[in-house]
Amino acid sequence: MQHNTINLRIDDTPVSVPEGTTVMEACEQLGIRIPRLCYHPDLSLAGSCRVCIVDVKGMGYYMASCSTLVWEGMEVQTNSPEIRQARRDIVELLLDNHPRDCQTCDRDGNCELQNLAYAMGVRRRHFDGERKHFPLELTSHSVVRDAEKCILCGRCVRVCAEIQGVHNLSQHGRGFTTVVAPAHGANMDDSVCIQCGQCINVCPTAAFVEKRGCGPVWDAIANPDLHVVIQTAPSIRAAIGEGFGLPPGTPATGRMITALRRLGFDAVFDTNFGADLTIVEEAHEFLTRLKDGGPLPMITSCSPGWVSFMEKFYPELIPHASTCKSPMSMLSTLAKTYYAQHKGIDPKQVYVVAVMPCVAKKYEANRPEHLAPDGRPYTDAVLTTREMIWMIKCYGIDFIRLPEGKFDDPLGASSGAGDIFGTTGGVMEATLRAASELVTGRPADRLEFTEVRAVEGLRETYVAIGDRAIHVGVANGLTNAKVLLDKVVKGEEQFHVIEVMACPGGCIGGGGQPYPAENLKVLDPELLKKRAGALYAIDKGKTLRKSYENPSIEELYDKFLGGPGTERAHELLHTHYQAKLPRGVR
Amino acid sequence: MSIRTDNWEQVQATAEAALTPAIVEYIAQCRQSCEPASHLIGVLHKVQSHFGYLGREQLDAVAQLLQVPAAKVAGVASFYHFFRLQPRGQFIINVCLGTACYVKGADRVAQKVMDELGITWGETTKDGIFTLEGSRCLGTCGLAPVIMVGNEVHGNVTPDQVPVILDKYLEKARKGSAA
Repeated sequence: MQHNTINLRIDDTPVSVPEGTTVMEACEQLGIRIPRLCYHPDLSLAGSCRVCIVDVKGMGYYMASCSTLVWEGMEVQTNSPEIRQARRDIVELLLDNHPRDCQTCDRDGNCELQNLAYAMGVRRRHFDGERKHFPLELTSHSVVRDAEKCILCGRCVRVCAEIQGVHNLSQHGRGFTTVVAPAHGANMDDSVCIQCGQCINVCPTAAFVEKRGCGPVWDAIANPDLHVVIQTAPSIRAAIGEGFGLPPGTPATGRMITALRRLGFDAVFDTNFGADLTIVEEAHEFLTRLKDGGPLPMITSCSPGWVSFMEKFYPELIPHASTCKSPMSMLSTLAKTYYAQHKGIDPKQVYVVAVMPCVAKKYEANRPEHLAPDGRPYTDAVLTTREMIWMIKCYGIDFIRLPEGKFDDPLGASSGAGDIFGTTGGVMEATLRAASELVTGRPADRLEFTEVRAVEGLRETYVAIGDRAIHVGVANGLTNAKVLLDKVVKGEEQFHVIEVMACPGGCIGGGGQPYPAENLKVLDPELLKKRAGALYAIDKGKTLRKSYENPSIEELYDKFLGGPGTERAHELLHTHYQAKLPRGVR
Repeated sequence: MSIRTDNWEQVQATAEAALTPAIVEYIAQCRQSCEPASHLIGVLHKVQSHFGYLGREQLDAVAQLLQVPAAKVAGVASFYHFFRLQPRGQFIINVCLGTACYVKGADRVAQKVMDELGITWGETTKDGIFTLEGSRCLGTCGLAPVIMVGNEVHGNVTPDQVPVILDKYLEKARKGSAA
């Protein structure tokens, strides 16, 4: 397609841009950042907040720069006393219908509305009108909806529909009483919500936040009768530093471990150990399916948002899902069985905390399928990366200056294959490292399968394992996953393995990860690339890069489980799924 | 070997049971078009004209059968004033609150209706016979104040006449249910 060039003037500076460029994009080329709220570059345009207005000569009214395309000869003014005043008025009106509880709000310090009000120069409130009142929605294990803080920008509605394909949120009613909610204003639990938490990530305020789980964890640490262990997911180490001002992509494994120890955890374990174990079990399951004729494709099941999505949107694919528990659930199970036995502690006294990049893990921990025989969850508490950053700050730990720590045995050693679980294609790559050796019986020719790293969201490819060509699909973001899943449902493609991660970029882009610093956008591919880069760097730096070679895993099988796929392994490390209502429209 | 985990048949049966065969058939026709979702408002009209309102079960049923997300269906239904999400009475009392009627005492007429029936704007009597609504102008200002009950217009209404008018429709409702 040929693009015509459009010539226009922005703040009296001539600029040429391709036809179809928006005024906001053209301004960015000149280094002018127009304030914005409802706009997100990866979502469709809404043009609803009007914060990004500019003055276009001859129009007679201010135009939203995010949704106005440039035209030949256009003359744009982005700054004048009048336009700054108009933007300030818009922000003031938004604030007028917003609770005045910034200091006690979850988003205090990283709220886009707060930052915007500061940048626009709102220094006092001129208006004091009627304010909307809605109840706080707390039914979900993962996501809290606080409609009073909603400014109706619609980003959550768009991310839920466009990136995740879930369509759980919509604006209901009209005018002053408009509210963003699931159908019928239902509770999140009664809706098709898959608890991925992307609404939290894109929300500019605290209308969506994760359900806080820190309280019981502080209590457990302070309880002398409890042995409190913590595990950290692969992607935490790649992102936690951002919360303390480290540049994105800085691996912070050692400092994170030290911080957790100082918080008072009795043992710090690595979810990567669970990841290695998942790979061994999953590779075993895959090879069994390959030999016994199915059901193929086998679809990974580490991502709880994806598991919920499958149960609500694609229940017919349930037999395809790997029965392996997620790395978190495997490790928690072992902490209360193998580790308790190893340490000679009553499992009832072991309290397991998991730090996850994910809010759906809070739901996963409480799935009835994941409860121990005594009815308690194996994972007692799940905290997001953001919550853990807060706990560390609350404790007064100077994270940047911490010395390096090491994970504890016997659930702390991991291979590089476990690290890359946190990014798209990682589970697939780890599986391929393991499977290729199991199939051929000799060391794999290569360790890196860059062709399955679906940075753009979707990959379909063939990977040679021995003399077999394995057809693999990798997707992150559930709208991307639908493309693969529809092909499976319709029988259009015969895949062998499919990896699905619910969140864009995989776990590194999870709903519980740090909010990006100001002027970095949420879901930014560059930000995700940096976090992924940290994981690949950790993997590359390890001598141990295959899950099978993890000596702690070998020891676990020898001493406790008896071997991969055994009855004991199945009892402790595998799970099942079932169709759930309401059924989602896909 | 394959365990059946698909619940579509159950979901479909529930959805069909919440609607009428004619509406189900209409939705099936809409599904044949290139943009099934564009028929959403038309489908909701049909559902409301049959049931008198759009209940949660009906909205969910439309979502499944038309394959439009339930949040979208509910969002559209709650946006338009025409669509009602609560059951309505057998007779809709529409009190004109336009300028002419208001000047001639529509507020007192409305108050009398509320007192007689024990309901306020938008509500339905417990026996399901009357719903009270207001409108801006019914276009018959010469008869102000005007109220409509069902499709019948009553002009020059005084508060005193309200009980007589209501009795007439109560009688109708009684006869209707006896028949």
